Amino acid sequence: MNGELITFIVLAIIAIAAALGMLFSRSAIYSALFLVLNFGTVAVFYIILNAPFIAMAQVSVYAGAIMVLFLFVIMLLGTELLPPSKALPWQRPLAIFLGVILFAESIYLLFVRKAATGDVPQPVQTFGSPQGVGQALFTSYLLPFEITSVLLLIAMVGAIVLTIREKGK
Amino acid sequence: MVPVTYYVALSAILFTIGALGVLIRRNPLIIFMSIELMLNAANLAMVAFTRVYIVLEGQIFVFFVMTVAAAEVAVGLALIVTIFRTKHSINIDNMNNLKG
Amino acid sequence: MTFFYLAPWIVFFPVIGLLVNLIFGGRFSERVIGTIASLASGLAFVVSVLLAYSLTQYPEVVRWTIGEWIHVGTLQLDWIFRVDTLSTTMMLVVSGVGTLIHIYAIGYMHEDVRFKSDLKRFRRFFVFLNLFIAMMMILVGGDSYLMLFVGWEGVGLCSFLLIGFWYEMDTLGRPSWANSNAAKKAMIANRIGDFGFLIASFLMFWAFHSLQFDQVFGQAPAIAASNPGLITAITLFLLIGVTGKSAQIPLFVWLPDAMAGPTPVSALIHAATMVTAGVYLVTRSAALYVTVPAAQYIVALVGALTALFAATIAVGQYDIKKVLAYSTISQLGFMVAGVGMGAFAAGMFHLVTHAFFKALLFLSAGSVILGMERGHHHLSHHKEHKGNRAERSAEHEVEAFDPGDMRNMGGLRKTMPVTFWLYLIGTLALAGIWPFAGFWSKDEILANAFSQGFTVIYWLLTIAAFFTAFYMGRQIWMVFFGESRHEAAAHAEESPKVITVPLMVLAALSVLGGALNYPGIDTLSNWLENTVEFIKPIEFQMNVALISTGLALLAILISWLLYGRKPLKAGEIDPLKKMLGPIFTGMERKWFVDELYWAVFLDRYVDVSRFVADVIDWKFWHDWFHEKVIAGTYNWLSNIALNRYADQRGIDAFFNSLGQWTKDIASGLRRFQNGFVRSYALFVLIGVVAILGYLIFK
Repeated sequence: MNGELITFIVLAIIAIAAALGMLFSRSAIYSALFLVLNFGTVAVFYIILNAPFIAMAQVSVYAGAIMVLFLFVIMLLGTELLPPSKALPWQRPLAIFLGVILFAESIYLLFVRKAATGDVPQPVQTFGSPQGVGQALFTSYLLPFEITSVLLLIAMVGAIVLTIREKGK
Repeated sequence: MVPVTYYVALSAILFTIGALGVLIRRNPLIIFMSIELMLNAANLAMVAFTRVYIVLEGQIFVFFVMTVAAAEVAVGLALIVTIFRTKHSINIDNMNNLKG
Repeated sequence: MTFFYLAPWIVFFPVIGLLVNLIFGGRFSERVIGTIASLASGLAFVVSVLLAYSLTQYPEVVRWTIGEWIHVGTLQLDWIFRVDTLSTTMMLVVSGVGTLIHIYAIGYMHEDVRFKSDLKRFRRFFVFLNLFIAMMMILVGGDSYLMLFVGWEGVGLCSFLLIGFWYEMDTLGRPSWANSNAAKKAMIANRIGDFGFLIASFLMFWAFHSLQFDQVFGQAPAIAASNPGLITAITLFLLIGVTGKSAQIPLFVWLPDAMAGPTPVSALIHAATMVTAGVYLVTRSAALYVTVPAAQYIVALVGALTALFAATIAVGQYDIKKVLAYSTISQLGFMVAGVGMGAFAAGMFHLVTHAFFKALLFLSAGSVILGMERGHHHLSHHKEHKGNRAERSAEHEVEAFDPGDMRNMGGLRKTMPVTFWLYLIGTLALAGIWPFAGFWSKDEILANAFSQGFTVIYWLLTIAAFFTAFYMGRQIWMVFFGESRHEAAAHAEESPKVITVPLMVLAALSVLGGALNYPGIDTLSNWLENTVEFIKPIEFQMNVALISTGLALLAILISWLLYGRKPLKAGEIDPLKKMLGPIFTGMERKWFVDELYWAVFLDRYVDVSRFVADVIDWKFWHDWFHEKVIAGTYNWLSNIALNRYADQRGIDAFFNSLGQWTKDIASGLRRFQNGFVRSYALFVLIGVVAILGYLIFK
């Protein structure tokens, strides 16, 4: 039992707890905040896993932009307390059941059909750093990069088009 | 390093929780957040494998996933706002016009 | 040089004539149609003359084949024309008298279609006349019994067509079934005779294995020796055919009714040619008849009885054409008696002279009738010109005027002199007054009867001759002498030349025709002897001639006493009726023969046919069998079996259930589309879990 493992377990528990908190929380704001915590935890995981750039991207994009967006919209319209559902009463138990099965299957796959274990070598210093990622991104993966930028443009335009109010309405 | 299995297990747990959130919650915003959680879980698994096999492709892929997720959130939230304007409610059970 | 190669043209010329008139006649005028028809008949006459001339150069039988016909087993028959003295005699009579009647008919039909108001029918008449000539030529020119039968049936058909020419009217022009009934009666009576002919030909084929004349007559003596009963049967069945076609007892009833046809038809068919086909048949079959004297006697007896029977009926008739019709039957009786006695030449001689004077009489009677109609026409014109409305309407209400009724006539000698003289010549010839043609021919028959010892027949025929002279005299006094009994007779006009000129030719023949066979010279007998070997010319019997002439003159005297001295006034009863009372009624009413036939045969036949029609056809077949069995089965099949079970419960149910099934599945599946995103996501998850499970446990 070394420090890594303890760190991992603690962080894992925090992540899971945050996720559960997001799931079960009555208020949407609390859910969002729990999710932010989850994202932060995952960012720490990224750092541990030699992916600092990704971690920073996670914090700034996910936790910073996306969740802020979420909070905006929640405050705009998401704070009502929904009444208990009248439809599909069978759906909740079934969903839970299926979730359990899914979890079981995943665990089964993981621990019964083991993958290769053993020592994992250390990567170079610049492995997950911005230089390394940027290098790969702008040389081998330039095309997807450019397409992604077009995608973002489309998303932006789409978001505006969807929500624009016509004059006079 | 912690065995990659644990990371994948964690990813699986987070994914399952996300899936349950999609299924159980009726607030579309929560559902959206659950989707983000699922995407996040997948990202975690990929980064873990990148670390195991020392290839950068995983991280690049995660980068793109994040980008797409951001775009998706933008459009999706715009949709929810628009729907709210017409329906004046965010109960996802009310949005059943595709009922056959 | 000989002209035998022209033999088929006796048939072809009339056929061409009828085809030309049939196809192109619509564009021709009446004159042209009549000329074409008369020309066709005339050319047939010319060919007959040439054939007769050829026979004088080459006096053997010539058989001219024009085509194959039946070759079945032992029956070998072809279309062969037989040119011998007997057939050329008949050909000359048919085509000669026929041509004169064609010319007469041009004028007669011109007036008749105007009286009956149907000008379009003119062409049809001449087509039928030419067809008749063609058929009669086939009859007399054929070389076998079967070819003769073709012509026999053909002339029967033509007589039907021509008797019923004005089929929708009666003789006076009123709409009626009368004419078509008369045609039907002729056809049916002839048919009964034809049945006899057919049985005879079947027996003949069975016995002789052939129907061709030479082969039959060659084998006749042998078969007669071995099986005389068979020949008797054949000859008696042929006699039935003769009684049908030549109007003897018992099948003569059609001939008086056949006067419904136009007068040229009566003249041609029933006086001159068709009815003589029976006499020709007996003469042709002489070889068969002479082998069975018993059958011959029956033939002669039938002929003699008919002669007397018909003569008595003729005494009581008032219609000018009916008198002549019964006279025809009577004279045919003479002919049949003649050939029955074995006097074939005498019979044929009387046939020829009878053709002359009977055609003359009929056509002159036609002229008289036309004259009466013209007078009647003028009468109604006069009344119209007077402009008297009351009289005109009264005229329409009066009964239809019968121009043939002798009681309406009288005094026509003054208004129609040409017709009078012609009629007188015909009458004297028929009555058998010397030196007209009828004297010689009738006398020869009587002489044969007397000299061969047929006493009964002789006396029957003599009494018939007495009556003949009597009723003809009666007719002359009633029609031409005295005062007119009707205004139409007073205004009667003479007929045009196209009518009177052919009559003059016939009158000349009636006067001079006796020269054909003067006793001693015997031209015709010798001529016919080439063909019919059994002709024995006899000597002139002075006592027979004196008796018959004396009786004829006596009859004319009596008729003058009754009808000539005190001419009949309008509305008076016939003086003979006053004298004889019920006997005269019998004569007038044709001895009730028609009524007898109706009661015994025809009403029974009607009953049977009505039974068959009503009970068997309607009740049984239609009402029961058709409705219940056939229609019921069909309805059951289509409605119950097919519709209800197969279609509705079977096919419909199956396909409906398919549709219902689809709907049920669809409504079942529809429940998954509930519009809730949550459940859609759930199903996605179910799918994922399932696939994962499959992959794990594979």
